[in-house]
Amino acid sequence: MLITINGQGMEVALDPRTSLLDLLREHLELHGTKKGCDQGACGACTVLADGERILSCLALAVQYEGRSISTVEGLADDGRLHPLQQAFIDHDGFQCGYCTPGQICSAIGMAAEIGRGVPSAVTADLAATTIPPTRDELRERMSGNLCRCGAHNGIIDAITEIYSAEAAE
Amino acid sequence: MTPFSYARAGDAATATGLGMAEGAKYLGGGTNLVDLMRETIERPDRLVDVTGLSRMIAERDDGSLMIGAAVRNTAVAEHQAVRERYPVLARAILSGASGQIRNMATVGGNILQRTRCAYFYDDAARCNKRVPGAGCDAIDGFNRTHAILGASPACVATHPSDMCVALAALGAVVHLENTAGARTLPLVDLHRLPMGRPEVETLLEPGELITAIELPPLPWAVRSTYRKVRDRASYAFALVSVAAVLDRSGDGMVRDVRLALGGVAHKPWRAFAAEAALRGRPASEACFRAAAEAELADAAPLRDNGFKIELARRTIVAVLNELAGETA
Repeated sequence: MLITINGQGMEVALDPRTSLLDLLREHLELHGTKKGCDQGACGACTVLADGERILSCLALAVQYEGRSISTVEGLADDGRLHPLQQAFIDHDGFQCGYCTPGQICSAIGMAAEIGRGVPSAVTADLAATTIPPTRDELRERMSGNLCRCGAHNGIIDAITEIYSAEAAE
Repeated sequence: MTPFSYARAGDAATATGLGMAEGAKYLGGGTNLVDLMRETIERPDRLVDVTGLSRMIAERDDGSLMIGAAVRNTAVAEHQAVRERYPVLARAILSGASGQIRNMATVGGNILQRTRCAYFYDDAARCNKRVPGAGCDAIDGFNRTHAILGASPACVATHPSDMCVALAALGAVVHLENTAGARTLPLVDLHRLPMGRPEVETLLEPGELITAIELPPLPWAVRSTYRKVRDRASYAFALVSVAAVLDRSGDGMVRDVRLALGGVAHKPWRAFAAEAALRGRPASEACFRAAAEAELADAAPLRDNGFKIELARRTIVAVLNELAGETA
């Protein structure tokens, strides 16, 4: 089947049991995406499918035939870090780094969701078409990404710097 | 995972044709089924991918809303008509799972997801749902998350969905299809109580596929909400949840009400007794409390989950107070 990974079309032959995560790590040698729990509880395996954040551990790769997948390896531009990657460094948004690729991919997908007005469990006004990316909003929306080192405050600081200058006040 | 074949269906006829085969299962976003397959709790021979089926949300002339079964959970919650006309449904979906999972999960899959009872997942434990007749280790085990209503000596598991609790309150209708034809079923009748056969969770016939969910016109559902009480602030299953729709008249009476509970039973629990106790009564805290008592009169606590009875009572009262306090 044909699948696009970080902008590059790839032809892969797979057992249908293969998860998208195992396709990336075991077949394509893209080890940036991490396997944490392998059961949808931690968010370490988060990637973007046509710009939407998903959990690659719960995704059968065959379901993503013809789709465009972006992983943390595809974020830097010609050796220059994505602004969010730099912000994670600047704000100590990690300690061991294992959850970081998932956190960053998740934050990019999350920002797109806020951008198009998707509400969250803490959005007071469901009818609002623009949702201010407050700290509460960001924490709720990033709750599917666990950090066992406890770097969540730095993670939210990094995301805040990039996506919600107004919320930092 | 045990081996299986994979086929993608482009329409319901193709899907149900493939889905009639012994050992076939429909695959939505995979967020529950793939996990269960990895644990070999589910061992389908064939997966029929139905994510290519209807992803339409259609507003119909009679005021009802048709939601295709393959619509992603995020897409339902962000749809303008759902947010404005059925806020309880948007809130319920948004309080479930995580952003990533809501992007993957379909409406049909959410309805048919299986319990998260830890004994169901643990193949070293006895579970009547996993191995019919084996016994239940949850009944005398660690059961603070388990059922207080409608359970049986065979099973005390709960249905984990938030979305279904809102659908139950809204009187949603499930559209079904298999090779024998199409039919509809009220959502509140789709899931079974465990009784002696907890392995049979729904009234679905062999090969039957959920094709759509219909939300009936309910203009007063603009005054509705969902409250979920859980062990942490986000990304956890409900201990108790309440979906409520309240129609309060100008003189402070309950003209009509819809109430459903999550986290308390083997199915999304429509609180018919509480509703009956409220209709035509004052929209007051005393009446809300009496209605909650009526609903929970038959609640049966297990070793660890007696707190859920008081929690359900308080949550029902708090949610109705909140809705009664809103200006019309």
